Amino acid sequence: MQARKDGLAMPVAIQAEPVVPKRETGVSRWLRHVRHVLTSNPVTLLAFVLLTVILSAAILGPALVPYDPLQTNASQQMKPPSWAHWFGTDQLGRDVFSRVVVAARLDLIISVAAVALSFVFGSALGAVSGYFGGWCDKLVGRLCDTIMAFPLFVLAMGIVAALGNTVDNIIYATAIINLPFYVRMARAEVNVRRNAGFVQAARLSGNSDWRILALHIFPNALPPMMVQISLNMGWAILNAAGLSFIGLGVRPPTPEWGIMVAEGANYIVSGEWWLAVFPGLALMLAVFTFNLLGDGLRDIVDPQRRT
Amino acid sequence: MASATKLRILGQRSLQALPALVGIIIVTFVLTRALPGDPAVYFAGPAADARSIAEIRKQLGLDRTLIEQFGIYLRQLAQGDLGQSISTGQPVIKELVNRLPASIELTLVALLLSALVAIPLGILAATRPDTWVDHLCRFVTTAGVSLPTFFTGILLVYVFYYLLGWAPAPMGRLNVMYLSPPHVTGFFTIDALLAGDLETLRATLAQLILPATTLGLFTLAPLARMTRGSMLQVLGSDFVRTARAAGLSGRKVLFTYAFRNALLPVITTLGMVFSFTLGANVLVEKVFAWPGIGSYAIEALVVSDYAAVQGFVLAMAILFVALNLVIDVAYTLVDPRVGIEG
Amino acid sequence: MTALPLLHVSDLTVEFQTRNGTVTAVSSVDLTVAKGETVGIVGESGSGKSVTSYAVMRILDRAGRIADGTVTFSGIELHNADDEVMREIRGREISMIFQNPRAALNPIRRVGEQIEDVLRQHAQATSRNAREKAIDLLRLVRINDPEARYLAFPFELSGGMCQRIIIAIALACRPRLLIADEPTTGLDVTTQKAVMDLVVELTRAREMSTVLITHDLGLAAQYCDRIVVMEKGRVVETAPARRIFRAPEHPYTQRLMSATPRPGITLRDLLPNRPEAAAPPPKWQRSPDATEKPILSVVDLVKEYPRAGAKARGAESAGAFRAVDGISFDILPGESVGLVGESGCGKSTTSAMVMRLLDPTSGTIRFEDRDIGAIPAKNFARDPARSRLQMVFQDSTDSLNPRFTAFRAIADPLYRIGGVTREAQARAQVERLADQVVLPHDLLDRFPHQLSGGQKARVGIARAIALEPALLVLDEPTAALDVSVQAIVLNLLADLKAELGMSYLFVSHDLNVVRLLCDRVIVMQAGRIVEQASAEEIMTSPRDAYTRELLAAVPRPPV
Repeated sequence: MQARKDGLAMPVAIQAEPVVPKRETGVSRWLRHVRHVLTSNPVTLLAFVLLTVILSAAILGPALVPYDPLQTNASQQMKPPSWAHWFGTDQLGRDVFSRVVVAARLDLIISVAAVALSFVFGSALGAVSGYFGGWCDKLVGRLCDTIMAFPLFVLAMGIVAALGNTVDNIIYATAIINLPFYVRMARAEVNVRRNAGFVQAARLSGNSDWRILALHIFPNALPPMMVQISLNMGWAILNAAGLSFIGLGVRPPTPEWGIMVAEGANYIVSGEWWLAVFPGLALMLAVFTFNLLGDGLRDIVDPQRRT
Repeated sequence: MASATKLRILGQRSLQALPALVGIIIVTFVLTRALPGDPAVYFAGPAADARSIAEIRKQLGLDRTLIEQFGIYLRQLAQGDLGQSISTGQPVIKELVNRLPASIELTLVALLLSALVAIPLGILAATRPDTWVDHLCRFVTTAGVSLPTFFTGILLVYVFYYLLGWAPAPMGRLNVMYLSPPHVTGFFTIDALLAGDLETLRATLAQLILPATTLGLFTLAPLARMTRGSMLQVLGSDFVRTARAAGLSGRKVLFTYAFRNALLPVITTLGMVFSFTLGANVLVEKVFAWPGIGSYAIEALVVSDYAAVQGFVLAMAILFVALNLVIDVAYTLVDPRVGIEG
Repeated sequence: MTALPLLHVSDLTVEFQTRNGTVTAVSSVDLTVAKGETVGIVGESGSGKSVTSYAVMRILDRAGRIADGTVTFSGIELHNADDEVMREIRGREISMIFQNPRAALNPIRRVGEQIEDVLRQHAQATSRNAREKAIDLLRLVRINDPEARYLAFPFELSGGMCQRIIIAIALACRPRLLIADEPTTGLDVTTQKAVMDLVVELTRAREMSTVLITHDLGLAAQYCDRIVVMEKGRVVETAPARRIFRAPEHPYTQRLMSATPRPGITLRDLLPNRPEAAAPPPKWQRSPDATEKPILSVVDLVKEYPRAGAKARGAESAGAFRAVDGISFDILPGESVGLVGESGCGKSTTSAMVMRLLDPTSGTIRFEDRDIGAIPAKNFARDPARSRLQMVFQDSTDSLNPRFTAFRAIADPLYRIGGVTREAQARAQVERLADQVVLPHDLLDRFPHQLSGGQKARVGIARAIALEPALLVLDEPTAALDVSVQAIVLNLLADLKAELGMSYLFVSHDLNVVRLLCDRVIVMQAGRIVEQASAEEIMTSPRDAYTRELLAAVPRPPV
């Protein structure tokens, strides 16, 4: 019944005369819808709570943690989880909990930067090639095909190996392998609307091509792309962690989830599980959060297509 | 006549793999030669002196123009020459060929396992929406895509090797107590079967089961999600309604009408699944010390053995193109509409 | 009269579980069909007519259920029969044909095999003679070369052919009742007539009963013995076809009846209760000065498209498909011209070229004494003629930006071309336009999905007239609307034309509608003009054979 009050998500049968409060600004309507989605779907609410936790760890982490994540302690090596060390200590006596929390910032920076880069370039390229078509479309399409012709993680490995083993290059490599998704998505979303009635009408109203693309088509293509961004964030985190797991990018002793799991893996066969499990769980939780968020975002931006 | 058309379409599909191949070769060339820094230093490795660097430079043709270098690169590729690995001293191509069966065996077994679980799960979930099967399917798909493969592998090792002791140590394809079966295909399972050596087969499977499960769990999610989604869509379509209104039996409607149509989008997403699987394969090989081309590449990365890394990237890309071609062929055989729109 | 009807639906109520609670789609519906009788169920969208038939067949989707009432088919209670029984009845005793025939066939199975599936399911054929019987059925539904067509896939057949295949599947097991759910919606009128005639002929020969579900009162009246009118899930009137037309009793039937375009009436007759004030719209009169210059003059207009796959197949089939093949016509100031033809005849391509959304291959388009055909479509947005040439689109939902309010949609041309810069100025102008199209001001701040179909159509019209164009192209502006809304929109268009003195180019497939609004009619077929004459002449004495065929295909209710 809530949705009905919004006048947004009604089945066709009763859509004839929706009831909408008079003169409501777009922003307040949108906020109300966000609140409605959050309260009606506990899973989305959970995702937002988790996101808040991860973001605060990333921003405030170094100030919050009980130990210096780089401080070694010879007397405290390989201690299992306890009250003093919630997640135990590693082979050098460093506090695993502190390291896991502090690592959130680096992992988020890598994935946010990579996704931002590929979103900006990918959606611009995709939108232009989808709208204008022609040689520009062919060129962009060929570029994407070439990137997609590689298994993506393998291409990222090759790029980092060639550009040099640094964190910046991890970001570029992750951005490049993500690029085709945004290009194709933006291209498809723009292409289906290119000859829609409302675009033709905008042409008749005297809008130029660029104006139509920027003001009429792109805002309508944005919602499905937002969902993609969120799902992609999870994937970007996984990729970056995978690269550092095999020893690319981040170097010890910098705390980062992938490399911590890799170091912990050496001790798992002898039963020291906490070294690998806690950073692994943190990684999983972060990816899970962004995936849940993707579904939640879809509900907010695209109420008609809920599953 | 129809089959002749199909053959022609299949021929065209194969030709369409060519641009991808050209793209791959150009990209690997760019990655090796055209980047900032001195490739000769990379290829010579960290231990090289000035003389050996100069020698490498000449050998790679780095003193010539880029176009000439590309020509040399192509000629070397045509001869199957991917350079020498500095860490082992062996030709890269030889090592890759030796290690490839291990990677392919692992990947195929994993895909088979996940398809056997994912497709029935997706169908069940789609035919019984909002039951426990459906909820299970949705949970598996969301949780599955969130699991880092290397982490799943480590967890499985901890539980099944350390805690329960059911699985052998995660150390390669075969316990040191066994001899490798006589080389026929390079797939230990098949070779052991051919040799009639059931003991070795059992040992091989024991080593294979954990890494294959790890990789399979990773591919389970996208496959189940796709199957469920496309089944749901097809079950709601007009032609399924027609079939039901004509009184066809539930089985007939589900399999002949719904499933065959639902399979089409699943086949097209297989390409993406393969892409992820080949990438995840590298991580799984590291966790289980699996002697495939992925762990070869990781070892090479650690010692900056560039010829080996680039050879690996090229090999993976060519493998991927071949798999995509197989997918295209499968699609062409299943869907009569292919080729009509051009 | 037989004592027991073949199908007896009593007090049927169907509910759907939606996210917003339970919605009753059909409530307390009574319906009987006697042996050999053809019953029409007529209603506008959302009237529950299709849901009723799905309930009879028990093929409601998962969310729907029969909440109350009984369905009896020759003594068998269908409403609580188990799945086993229903499977025996579906296809064998009762079968069904659907709208959108192409989507109703399995796209990757040969049509012959799809017919066989039904034959074998109901043990009407063995594996040995199934193929032969399927081919016999193809022959029965008049498919040429049935042996070859047996092997065809649905995508290789036309819409009309696909519908024949569906009919073959439906009649394969000689059922006693056929339910046809909008069987001809989306098909061209001539195809529609052929399909309906085939259904009637076959069902009559087999003494079957038929239920015809349609939104088209004219179609129902022509083919049915009895008509059931539904509105909002309820039956409002049941009567013999003749009586429905002569003396409709229920006010809703009267409204529906009067809104249905039919020969011999005027535009004003469509409106339910014609207010006395609504004088007939003044007929356009060709000015006595016969040398009056046309506002639009199209000469030898051609549009070619490269043939699909021509590049791949090489030179032998190179050449182009001519969507518009050298047509010429004029439109005089204040005149309203109809452009009529079936799908694919080139009428929409013509209108897009006249609108300067599409570049012609050759030919000239003179508008207000300039050859605007020579200006590339992509530059036309900046041309001074842009404001003089506007359009109302077919699908009012598709033609409104989902993220723009009604106000912003109407104001867009004012800001871009109309020279309006200030919000207050725009507000005043938009409100004036809203008054002209009878759109309440409080709807201006709504988004398209918050408006009804009729309201969206009004927004589209307001936007089109915002710049006071001299020529307005109407591209099937009422095709997606229910007849009662269509009646109002058509009248509104007539009033606006009289008020603003515009010329209309009205593109439509429906001669009955075109006749009401237009002074002159152009009939197109396969890219060419086959006849152009005054609306009166076209309707009463068509000269071209194709025009006659079109006219004959229009459903004619018994008068």
